[in-house]
Amino acid sequence: MALDLETRNQLLDTIRRFVRERLVPLEGQVAEDDEVPAEIVQEMRELGLFGLSIDPEHGGLGLNMEEECLVALELGWTSPAFRSVFGTNVGIGSQGLIMDGREDQKAHWLPLLATGEKIASFALTEPEAGSDAGSVRTSAIRDGDHYIMNGTKRFITNADKASVFTVMARTNPDVKGAGGISAFFVPRETPGVSVGLPEKKMGQHGAHVCDVIFDDAKVPAECLIGDHEGVGFKTAMKVLDRGRLHISAVCTGVAERLIDEMTRYAAERKQFGQAIGDFQLIQAMLADSKMEAYAARCMILDAAKKRDAGENVSVEGSCCKLFASEMVGRVADRAVQVFGGAGYIADFGIERFYRDVRLFRIYEGTSQVQQTIIGKAMLRAVRD
Amino acid sequence: MKVLVPVKRVVDYNVKIRVKSDKTGVDLANVKMSMNPFDEISVEEAVRLKEAGVATEVIAVSVGPQQAQETIRTALAMGADRGILVKTDAEVEPLGVAKILKELVGAESPDLVIAGKQAIDDDSNQTGQMLAALLGWSQATFASELEIADGKAKVTREIDGGLQTIEVSMPAVVTADLRLNEPRYASLPNIMKAKKKPIDEKTVEELGVDIAPRLTVLEVTEPAAREAGVKVETVAELVDKLKNEAGVIG
Repeated sequence: MALDLETRNQLLDTIRRFVRERLVPLEGQVAEDDEVPAEIVQEMRELGLFGLSIDPEHGGLGLNMEEECLVALELGWTSPAFRSVFGTNVGIGSQGLIMDGREDQKAHWLPLLATGEKIASFALTEPEAGSDAGSVRTSAIRDGDHYIMNGTKRFITNADKASVFTVMARTNPDVKGAGGISAFFVPRETPGVSVGLPEKKMGQHGAHVCDVIFDDAKVPAECLIGDHEGVGFKTAMKVLDRGRLHISAVCTGVAERLIDEMTRYAAERKQFGQAIGDFQLIQAMLADSKMEAYAARCMILDAAKKRDAGENVSVEGSCCKLFASEMVGRVADRAVQVFGGAGYIADFGIERFYRDVRLFRIYEGTSQVQQTIIGKAMLRAVRD
Repeated sequence: MKVLVPVKRVVDYNVKIRVKSDKTGVDLANVKMSMNPFDEISVEEAVRLKEAGVATEVIAVSVGPQQAQETIRTALAMGADRGILVKTDAEVEPLGVAKILKELVGAESPDLVIAGKQAIDDDSNQTGQMLAALLGWSQATFASELEIADGKAKVTREIDGGLQTIEVSMPAVVTADLRLNEPRYASLPNIMKAKKKPIDEKTVEELGVDIAPRLTVLEVTEPAAREAGVKVETVAELVDKLKNEAGVIG
C-alpha cells in the first residue's frame, strides 16, 4: 500500500538528512579504508534501510516501487558503496525468495534480512557465465534429501559479509539452456561452501565482491527456492528486471549530486577575471547534465508508477537502466571537465565518483544486454 | 511521570534566509520548514527518560498553522506518545505561547516540561522562563545534563565561562541546550507507525488565551554584507592598521 504524502515526505527527509549528515562526510575515508565503518552499518540497521522492500508482515517497510525509487534517488547522493551495504538485502539478494520462495522460507529468512541481522547475496555470474546467464555451469545434483553443489560464482557483491546466497545452479545436466537451472537459498555455513578474498576494483571501494566456491557442498533439499526445479533462470530474470529501476534511481541520484558539485564549483572558480560558470561553454555542460538527469528521473518514476499499477515494465526498466547508467557516465565525465585539474585530483572526490559510476553500465545487465532486451521485445511485438 | 515537550515549526536550519522586500519579515514562500533543532534535543531527552523508565508518557505540543502537525509527527516518530496541535495562523509571541502551554499543563498535569532553550527563527529564549513564571514552577534553563530522582531534577547548566549544577524540585520547566544530547534519526518503521499515534487539535479560543501581540516589529533587515578584506605587506603595516584604522589596539 502506498504511503500518504506526509509520511512519505518524512521518510525521504530523514533519509536525506542521514545521507548528507552522516554518510557524505565519510566518503573519502570509506574509499581509503575500503570499509564502511561498523557504527554506520549499525545506524543503517536502526534506521530500517535493510528492510525497504520487504513487506511489513516480515518486518520490513514494504515500500512500493515508486517509493523505493525515491529513496534510491536520495541514497544516490553519496558514494554507491554505502548503498551496497544493504543493497543486496533490498534487491537481488532477497528478491528471489520474496518472489518465488515458499512461505516457510520467507517466514524464516525475511525478518532476519529486514533488520540487517543477516546479509543475503545474489550468486548468478560465473567465470564462464555473465551476460549469458543461461550457460550457468554450477551444478546441484539431487542426492536423497540433499543437493550436491559444485562450481564457482564470480564477482558476488557482499559475499564476504553474506550469511546466505541466492544461487543459480543446474539441477538437470541434460537440459543445456535456461530450463535446467534452479534457484537455491544457501546458508553460508553449509559444508563445502567457501568465499574468496575481496577483489581489487576500479572504484566503489568499501563495497566488496568475491568468488563463492561450492566444493561438493551438501545443500539441504529445502533450500530450493519454491517447490519446483528448472525455474531458477526465470527467478533470476525477474529479480534483475525489478532491480533495474532501483539501480537507475541510484545512477540518477549520483548524477544529481555531481551536478550540484559542478554547479557550485563553476559559480566559485574564477578564470579570466570571472566565474567559469559565466562562460557559456561551461553552462552548456551544466545544462546538458541537468537535462539528462531530469529526463532519467522522469523515466524512472513513470516506469515505477506503471509497475505499481500492475503493468509489465520489463522494457521500460531496461530503458531506464540503459539511459540512467550511460547518462551518469556522461555527467561524471563533464564533472571532471568542469573541475578541470581539480577534477583529476583525488582530494576533490570527483575522480572517485567518475570511477564509481563506471560499474553501473556493467552490473545487473550491461548496456548491451539492455539494448538487446529492448530491441528483441520491440520486434516480438510487431511479429506477434 | 508525564513529560510535555513543546515543538516549534521553523525555517529549516539549512535554508538561506531572505528578508521580504518590504522589510516586514522573513520570506517564507516555498521555504523548507522543520522542527526547531533545540526542540529536537528536548524530544530526544524526553524519549530517553521514557526509555529509561523514568517517564511514562511523552506529549509533543505545537502552536501554529495546520502544517505544524508535521512537526508533531516528527516528534511522534522519534518516540513521543501523542500530540496536541493548538491551531492558529497568527504570529504568536513567546508570552502567548507560554500562556497556551500553561493551559495545556493545567489540563494534562505533567511533572516536567522540556522546551528548547530558544527557537532558531526569532531567538527569543523566553518561552520556557515565562511558562515557569506563569505556573509558579521551578526552572532550569540551558541544560546540558538532566537527572531525575526523588521528585527532584538535577540539572547541569551551561553558563558563561563554565557549568553550573543545580537541583530543582518538581514539577519543573527545563530548557535544553545544544549539548544535552544528540537527537536520533527517527527510524523508518517508526515514521510509518507515527501516523497511527493520536494528535488532538485545539484552538486558541477554546483555551481562552489572549495571544494579542505585545510587540510591534518596525523593520526586519539582512545583516550588513561583509566587505572584502585587504592584504597587508608587512607586520608593521598590520600593526599600523590595527591601531589607526580598526582602533582595536592602543
